[in-house]
Amino acid sequence: MPNQKIYFDHSATAPVDPEVFKAMAPFFSEIFGNASSIHGFGQAAQTAVDEAREAVAEFLGAKTNEVIFTSGATESDNLVILGLAKPGEQIITSKIEHPAILEACREMEKRGAEVTYLGVDAQGLVSLAELQKAIKAETRLVSIMYVNNEIGTIQPIAKIGEMIKELNQTRKEKIYFHTDAVQAANYCEMNVNKLGVDLMSLSAHKIYGPKGIGALYRRSGTPLKPIQFGGHQEAGLRPGTLNVPGIIGLGKAVELISQDKKNLGEIRKLRDYLIEEILKIIPKAQVNGDLKNRAPNNAHFSFYGVEGESLLLLLDQRGIAVSTGSACSSGSLEPSHVLMALGLNPLLAHGSLRITLGKFNTKKEIDRLIEVLPGIVEKLRKMSPLK
Amino acid sequence: MQYSAEVMKHFTNPHNQGQISDADAIGEVGNPLCGDMMKIYLKVDRLPLAADRLEDKIVDIKFETLGCAAAIACSSILTDMAKGKNLKDAFKIEKSDIVKGLGDLPPVKVHCSILASDGLKLAIKEYLEKQGVLDQYPEIKNLSLPECFHE
Repeated sequence: MPNQKIYFDHSATAPVDPEVFKAMAPFFSEIFGNASSIHGFGQAAQTAVDEAREAVAEFLGAKTNEVIFTSGATESDNLVILGLAKPGEQIITSKIEHPAILEACREMEKRGAEVTYLGVDAQGLVSLAELQKAIKAETRLVSIMYVNNEIGTIQPIAKIGEMIKELNQTRKEKIYFHTDAVQAANYCEMNVNKLGVDLMSLSAHKIYGPKGIGALYRRSGTPLKPIQFGGHQEAGLRPGTLNVPGIIGLGKAVELISQDKKNLGEIRKLRDYLIEEILKIIPKAQVNGDLKNRAPNNAHFSFYGVEGESLLLLLDQRGIAVSTGSACSSGSLEPSHVLMALGLNPLLAHGSLRITLGKFNTKKEIDRLIEVLPGIVEKLRKMSPLK
Repeated sequence: MQYSAEVMKHFTNPHNQGQISDADAIGEVGNPLCGDMMKIYLKVDRLPLAADRLEDKIVDIKFETLGCAAAIACSSILTDMAKGKNLKDAFKIEKSDIVKGLGDLPPVKVHCSILASDGLKLAIKEYLEKQGVLDQYPEIKNLSLPECFHE
């Protein structure tokens, strides 16, 4: 058992589901055609891409021509932020977005757009009232993430969608609503009409699909300019040869989500058990982020008087993979921008640990973590000058 | 970002970790808000015949550190390097010696080695102060160290 590797970092990436892998396999060497070619090789690929596009459209309750395949959520996010608002217009987003949104917004500020970064409450939730207050005549785009990648909090996307729809009825210039739904796709309502979103970013590798492929949902009529040039693919919005195996993988991955949805209760049960036990066994520990409005696979702890990276490495030596904050920010010295936006004491922010479960995790694996973690926290606390 | 085998060795089984209850001097650096905090304890053998207190010898040294693997590994190797040295030589341990001793450090973690060498320097300064001779060493007396290495 000690040699058994345990993976608890599904918000960083998830393994490719064997069924997804099986679906993709023929599209490397057998059905390898360029989907843009008119000959048989190309058409075989095109047919498969069409089917995958239908699967994604169905998953979102959208039309097929509203699905744009991209290289992943970073590209989808960039396409929205850089391709919609013009200089002089306003973008509203939150302080706890993924860097793919925040860094693109900073670029838009340089290009003359105004960006408002909404704060969140101590539970990590955006306030509707505050959003409404920030909206003005120049507002062109609202981008709020669906599920936060660090603390797993679920933002009230449907309520925001409803509010924006209502405001749009009396506005001269429409406000478009985007959500980065990367971390939500496994667990939450994804129907774009129920959510009232005009744009939505997706990534395959967080939903047991391959890396390097994602999608952007764009409601018909939403103005968007491409950010790269050189082809007609995806209605000119995302030129470049289609990543056929990746697209097939994404199509299969969204199909599997509806089958897997019945298992969500299991993940939640394991997660709740983990949180309960850890808080019971380890003193001076806390969970960050709202417990109710939260993805069922996310547990995010702070342990007083220890540093997250040290925890991560000692757990790794025992064969358990977790994360501090997010994978993207490891290697940076700053405490997580998400935890700081929550108003967390920097000392606690540095001592944070993210555990994100996946559909293949078992209770036995959770028990192993519960067995190992207290000793590691104690070892590091003994080393610390803070008592 | 990847740590060298030597960093992982020191991090997993740090040397000289703990407190010295009757320490002759303690150097404390860092700041919990930065994420790194280090405390260096010294036990010094006072040579009765020596006129220069920097000739006194470190007979025991221990550390307590709150921080990442690099901070813990730097503390550990620093104590190895300083143990048995006289204060004059110990004061000369610089970040480059620590980085070299550890095989290398990722660039974002080099500040941890500065923290460790600063911790020792502060402990030596406190020792001289307690001996009432700090005024004879203006270079050490005027030591100014950053509180936090974040920009």
